[in-house]
Amino acid sequence: MTTHYLVLSALLFAIGGVGVLVRRNAIVVFMCVELMLNACNLAFVTFARQHGNLDGQLIAFFVMVVAAAEVVIGLAIIVMIFRTRRSASVDNANLLKY
Amino acid sequence: MQSPAEIVQHSGGVIGVSWLMIALPLLGAAILLLGGRRTNKWGHFLGVAMSLGAFVVAVLSFVELTGLDPDQRRRAFELFEFIPGMVNMGMLIDPLSISFALLITGVGSLIHIYSIGYMSHDRDRRRFFAYLNLFVAAMLLLVLSDNYVGLFIGWEGVGLASYLLIGFWQHKPSAATAAQKAFIVNRVGDFGLLIGIFTIWTTFGSLAFADLTQQVTGQASEGTLTAIGLLLLLGACGKSAQLPLQSWLLDAMEGPTPVSALIHAATMVTAGVYLVVRSGAFFEQAPTAQLVVTIVGVATLLAGAIIGCAKDDIKKGLAGSTMSQIGYMMLGAGLGPAGYAFAIGHLITHGFFKANMFLGAGSVMHAMNDEVDMRRYGALFPVMKVTAVTFIIGYLAIIGFPMLSGYYTKEGIIETAMEHNAILGWLAVLGAGLTGFYMSRMIFMTFFGKKRWADDAHPHESPAVMTWPLVILSIGSIGLGAFLILGNRFMNFLSPAVGLPQELPETHVFGFGPAALATLALVAAGAALAWFRYGAAEVPAVAPRGSFLTTFARRDLYGDALNEALLMRPGQWLTRIAVFFDNRGVDGLVNGLAAGIGGTSGRLRRVQNGYVRSYALSILFGAAAVVGALLYVGNM
Repeated sequence: MTTHYLVLSALLFAIGGVGVLVRRNAIVVFMCVELMLNACNLAFVTFARQHGNLDGQLIAFFVMVVAAAEVVIGLAIIVMIFRTRRSASVDNANLLKY
Repeated sequence: MQSPAEIVQHSGGVIGVSWLMIALPLLGAAILLLGGRRTNKWGHFLGVAMSLGAFVVAVLSFVELTGLDPDQRRRAFELFEFIPGMVNMGMLIDPLSISFALLITGVGSLIHIYSIGYMSHDRDRRRFFAYLNLFVAAMLLLVLSDNYVGLFIGWEGVGLASYLLIGFWQHKPSAATAAQKAFIVNRVGDFGLLIGIFTIWTTFGSLAFADLTQQVTGQASEGTLTAIGLLLLLGACGKSAQLPLQSWLLDAMEGPTPVSALIHAATMVTAGVYLVVRSGAFFEQAPTAQLVVTIVGVATLLAGAIIGCAKDDIKKGLAGSTMSQIGYMMLGAGLGPAGYAFAIGHLITHGFFKANMFLGAGSVMHAMNDEVDMRRYGALFPVMKVTAVTFIIGYLAIIGFPMLSGYYTKEGIIETAMEHNAILGWLAVLGAGLTGFYMSRMIFMTFFGKKRWADDAHPHESPAVMTWPLVILSIGSIGLGAFLILGNRFMNFLSPAVGLPQELPETHVFGFGPAALATLALVAAGAALAWFRYGAAEVPAVAPRGSFLTTFARRDLYGDALNEALLMRPGQWLTRIAVFFDNRGVDGLVNGLAAGIGGTSGRLRRVQNGYVRSYALSILFGAAAVVGALLYVGNM
């Protein structure tokens, strides 16, 4: 019964992963990361249901809290980068390398 | 046969403070070396005073020692614990060591005084006296120590002083090289001595002379004793310039002449003889080792004499003669108690007449603008009478002219060797004949014949501070031999330290034995030959090419060539192979490894290309790999 949820979770995770890998715009990449996190959340909740305990639900809350904090900092960084470089492309910010 | 007396513990008296003999010159050396230029003005006087002070202590100790009963005359006293449980440093005052101490401080003081004049024009005179004092201190430690460790420290100390003094004029490359050569050749001998001392320690568990009596050493196997004897002999060969470690002595003449007189004729080079006599407890029970000692002695006495026959450098001629005379002493020392007294007696008289001649040679050089080539001398007798007369007295003593010092001591060695082994005896007689030839050659070329001086030479007699030591030494060269040998006075005096032979030898004022007469005849023949070739005939100012034998002797019997072919070349090849292996093998491995790691990481860092998305991809692959691995492990 819960298999469909897991399949959906996997699909969402894959879509998010592909989005992170192929998209250049930092905002879109960011949204894809959120998609992956929420796919995980779905999987956690599904497993909680499947096993009949609350551990998964609990972890999902933690993930949400962390995601919220991450969004705050990440968006601030993206805005700063955009202000200085007039671009939000992740490929343009490639100075930190060998 | 009488064994050496027991060593008795001593306290008080002059003997109780005889460590002053070592301390005074050591203090002098320290003041002169640490005091620097401040001591330039009076440094040489301090050096002489310290040496004379040691001489006074030696004389007083000698007087106190002779006041005791003969069997009480081996006095030892402990100074301090040197290596806990192993070596107690102490002094041993017995007839043997006090004889050496008197020779070292007596002749040493005369040479100190002479050096005031000889080195008066040298800027570094203070440093010279500091080294001389250091030498006297180390040499006294060598002979006065009551154990092998102290002996070894003194042994190395005199080696150091010898090195410093040979290379005293270090601005001359030849002097610097000679100093290094002496040091390196001596290392070979010291290595033998050190291993010998180790062997004594492991075999007997003590290094004190008092513990190593003949009863103790007799319990070891003869093989062990022979090994110890041969190792000690190797040490003695290095220090005393005996075959096969003789090559450094002739080059050592690069040092100032007083150094040649004190260190490389009268005292340091005789340390090997002292070692052999002092270690009699080992040698006397190892006949093979004793035989080797006598063979080394005879071989060296002939080799030194042959070298002396062809040298035109007056100091090198005397150096060859020193080698030869020490060969006689070694021969005597290898003959057991019967030979000890003659060996040490010859050592003492040789100390006088050879120092006399070396200082005489220095006086001649001083007069001739430091010319050493005898072919540029000639007819010096009238201009420097004191030097010439004292030199001739030394000459007569060394060739064994009847009634002079060398006659009694050398004759004693030859007679004893003759009783022991006729071949050794006759070879020693032959050596005496050669001595007659080369020493006469030296006298005729230097003091007689025609003037062959360089154009700017204006020879003159040396100042009194240089001639008085010559006079005193020549008095010793005349009378000392008769005083020591006649009536076996010296043999009886030494007996508490080294024992007595079964029957005392008969001594004569003039010997009529076949060996004595043959020796005299050969010496006379040698002197006559020298007269015809160098006295009566014209001596060319430039050395003629000479026969094969002359070249052989001039080139030190090809000793250096032999060392070069046998040791230096293979050594160089060994180092070259080692360097090659080090460069290509070891360095190649280390550098290759470093280069490999560096290159690999240079390529690997390209992965960090700054693109966030490629990092994301690698994280994805990494996570997938971890998940895959977990699944694989979980399914196993």
